[in-house]
Amino acid sequence: MQKTASVLAAKRIGKTVKSGDAELVILRDIDLAVTPGEALAVVGASGSGKSTLLALLAGLDTPTSGTVMLDGIDLFSLDEDERAQLRGRVLGFVFQSFQLLPALTALENVMLPLELAYADDAEARAREMLLRVGLGERLNHYPKHLSGGEQQRVALARAFVVRPKLLLADEPTGSLDAHSGAQIIELLFELNREQGTTLVLVTHDEALASRCTRILRLAGGRIA
Amino acid sequence: MTRAWRMLRRDWRAGELGILASALVIAVAAVTSVGFFADRVSQGLERDAHKLLGADVVLIADHPWSAAMVERVQRAGAQAEALNFVSMALAGGEAQLAGVKAVSENYPLRGRLRIANAPGAPDAEASRGPERGTVWLEERLISALNAPVGASIRLGSSRFRVAAVLTLEPERGANFFNLAPRLMMNVADVPATGLVQPGSRIWYYLYGAGEPERMKALEQAMKSELARGERIETLESGRPELRAPIERAQRFLALTALLAAVLAGVAIALGTRRYVERHLDACAVMRCLGATQGALVRLYAGEFALLGLAACALGAALGYVAQAGVGAALARVIRADLPLATPWPALQGLLVGLVLLLGFALPPLLQLKNVPALRVIRRESGAPKRVTLAAYAIGFAALSALLVWQAGELKLGAYVVGGFAGAVLVFYGVAWAALALLSRLRVRNRPLRYGLANLRRHARGNALQVASLALGLTAVLLLTFTRNDLVAAWRRTAPPDAPNRFLLGVQPDQVATVKGFLRTHGLGEPELYPMVRGRVVERNGHPVSESAYSDERARRLIEREFNLSYMDELPAHNAIAAGRWLDPQGDGLSVEQGIAERLGWQLGDQLTFNIAGELMRGRVTSLRRLRWDSMKVNFFVIAPPRLLEKFPVSYISAFRVPPGKERAVNELVAAFPNVTPVDIGALLRQAQAVLDQLIAAVQFIFLFALGAGLLVLYAALLATEDERRREAAVMRVYGASRAQVAGAQRVEFLAMGVLAGVLATVGAAVIGQIIARRIFELDLTPSTPLLVAGPLAGLALLALNAWLSARKVVRAAPALTLRESM
Repeated sequence: MQKTASVLAAKRIGKTVKSGDAELVILRDIDLAVTPGEALAVVGASGSGKSTLLALLAGLDTPTSGTVMLDGIDLFSLDEDERAQLRGRVLGFVFQSFQLLPALTALENVMLPLELAYADDAEARAREMLLRVGLGERLNHYPKHLSGGEQQRVALARAFVVRPKLLLADEPTGSLDAHSGAQIIELLFELNREQGTTLVLVTHDEALASRCTRILRLAGGRIA
Repeated sequence: MTRAWRMLRRDWRAGELGILASALVIAVAAVTSVGFFADRVSQGLERDAHKLLGADVVLIADHPWSAAMVERVQRAGAQAEALNFVSMALAGGEAQLAGVKAVSENYPLRGRLRIANAPGAPDAEASRGPERGTVWLEERLISALNAPVGASIRLGSSRFRVAAVLTLEPERGANFFNLAPRLMMNVADVPATGLVQPGSRIWYYLYGAGEPERMKALEQAMKSELARGERIETLESGRPELRAPIERAQRFLALTALLAAVLAGVAIALGTRRYVERHLDACAVMRCLGATQGALVRLYAGEFALLGLAACALGAALGYVAQAGVGAALARVIRADLPLATPWPALQGLLVGLVLLLGFALPPLLQLKNVPALRVIRRESGAPKRVTLAAYAIGFAALSALLVWQAGELKLGAYVVGGFAGAVLVFYGVAWAALALLSRLRVRNRPLRYGLANLRRHARGNALQVASLALGLTAVLLLTFTRNDLVAAWRRTAPPDAPNRFLLGVQPDQVATVKGFLRTHGLGEPELYPMVRGRVVERNGHPVSESAYSDERARRLIEREFNLSYMDELPAHNAIAAGRWLDPQGDGLSVEQGIAERLGWQLGDQLTFNIAGELMRGRVTSLRRLRWDSMKVNFFVIAPPRLLEKFPVSYISAFRVPPGKERAVNELVAAFPNVTPVDIGALLRQAQAVLDQLIAAVQFIFLFALGAGLLVLYAALLATEDERRREAAVMRVYGASRAQVAGAQRVEFLAMGVLAGVLATVGAAVIGQIIARRIFELDLTPSTPLLVAGPLAGLALLALNAWLSARKVVRAAPALTLRESM
């Protein structure tokens, strides 16, 4: 085990939820380790537990058993606020539904994580990042005036602008047509390369998965 | 704070804060303008009420006031003097007892005398009192002496020219039991008449007017120094018929301010709820991006604090402008300029605004920090728990405390706050139960079925919405229909056909003939009441003395003789407040509630009166409530006939002389020389003028509360709009036609509209009745227009909303709606 070298390591994590009287096992004894610079794709059918795994790896949800080490820190020894702070320092996120704030312009959406970290040069960095993803002309547009592909590019800019050690992506092309999806995949891997970010993504999309250095297949809550 | 400021700017730009800010602006503008205006009106009222006293402070003595005292009043402001005495006036062959009032030229210091050139001619304000060598006579005296304007009369050893008919004199109301008609002359002419001799019964009046603080100080200082035979008269110490409408008007104003603020609170709570629902995702994303709960709280609390300050400041400014504008417009109508407002109401408005924000926006806002970050991945992991009504308790309590403090009246505050809380709970409960019942209906029509199903699906939200709508509508109904009814009922208490003459001194053997005279001369058939005068000497066997009372009015009541009466039946315009009406065989006494309170008398007390040297004992068996402003004959104490019949008695009555029948009064005096008609028409006119002014002022203030009510309605309608749009989009995706979607929503809205309308109608009727009975001591039957308009208003409102909402919902492309709501 290269525990110390891992950006992210999960040990025997499981998630069980109560459904009526029965217990429903969503994840069972998952072990995984992600080394710096690696790109890991988690694939599986709907209901295989991949989104739950992602939520647990990010500390958005708590496991029933097992531990997750993020950047060498035991995630679930922290309280919810400490986990949020750790996320702010280490993680970037890209979601299937973009999760841009509708009241904020593209530029402001990208500035948000920097502002939350009290960065002084938030606007300059966000502007530069949006230029990088090809949205220099759309800085002051609201999400509702952007196409799906454009919205996801803003989301990518928001994720990469803090130069995260680890980027977690949940079906990043899931809401996009094939053409836009392909463009987003290109952009994602370019940025990943430029920043040397470690990548964990959850996807149905075999084309996307095949671009990763490693593929983890989930079925019925277990690694297949 | 910078982040909060940035957030505020962004949310504002995105239109997320519009409702909230306008709720706050309207709330503060309402409270502030009501405060400003109430401040000015009450200052103005106080000043105008002083007009009826003729001054701010009136000092009365049975001996001349010392030069030192006159000088002291002069130093505190302005000073005027008058002498009051009764003397015989002579003209040609006629002689008539006149109530002489000799005044300095600057009399009165407050208000104006009004005079005319001939009886019945239009009158005008006089800028000063009578010049030397002239007198002004009341109409009655002119006809009694047959001395028109220009004639000459004799008073004592001087001759005077009649210069005008005196039609209105500020103090007339205060002393209308003065039996003799008024003759007004210049005080400088008095010595020459030789009428002021040792032993003459003369009252010396000293008037003071000036800055309120200095007058108050003067009054305080004088009170403790008054010697025997000296008294001080202020607005507080006299004039029950004038105090009643003023107090009532202040209650109206306070009530309206309370209502506006509480309504704004509801609008703010609804607005914040919508804001929170729209920011759940943003919070989840920020939690994801590393924001701690504390950071979120600081961010949103900061944003709202900034918004609050800005909105409050704007509201206060708007409130000032509004009251200034309306005040100016009103000043032209009522021909009275109001004093300038003090800055206090702005501060109060600001405070109310911030309490509203903290009390009603903070509880739901704090829920934002509990949004699970997981929501970014699993939307259904959802919203934090909704705020319960209990969470608003602190804000509600703080607001209540603030408002009760502002209104300065615990009882009124408790009624409004308690009634409001009760109404919310009842409305919610009834709405919930009624919607649950409705949704059980089985029908075949599909839109109808779907609409009814919606009622059940949204039971909680719909019940809340119906309750909010009913609340807003109650306020609107209360302020439109019920207010009109209240004002009408209030006016009715001093109706235009109220008596305008008192008739005094009718002897027992004249009762039948006087009645006959009045009837045949078209002066109606007024009741004649027996009147016996007596002084109270003992209470429960202990001697009663004025020195036992610190209250000025109580001392005067004890000092002078009471008007007692006897009868078997309770007069129609009186009502028993406590105890039981007199037993004809008993020794019970029925006492007016106000005087009993003032003198500390209670049911069961034994009172002894000295009547013409003989003692009469009785026990208080009932307290009566009566209306002093009804202008009818009222008595402080009523006994059964067997207790009083043996004493010397005269009869008193009140009747109305219609315009043009004044001659009949002169004929009455000619036929019965010993009876005295007293003209209270002038007093009535004054009271009516004050009343009209009050009503005009009160009407305007209602507009603000109405605005707050409408805002609640708007916020309540908006509350579920997002959810409905999402649902409609989903329905359409699955093949529902526009007509189906719109139809289902119409059913839902109409059911809610009828429910809200009925609830609001009942609410307005009940609250109106309670307010009328408990606060204004009026009886109010709900008017038919209210009963019809209430439910219709609810229906119309929701029908309009259904139409507007359907347009929005149905016109938007489902994909767009769904994408926005993802």
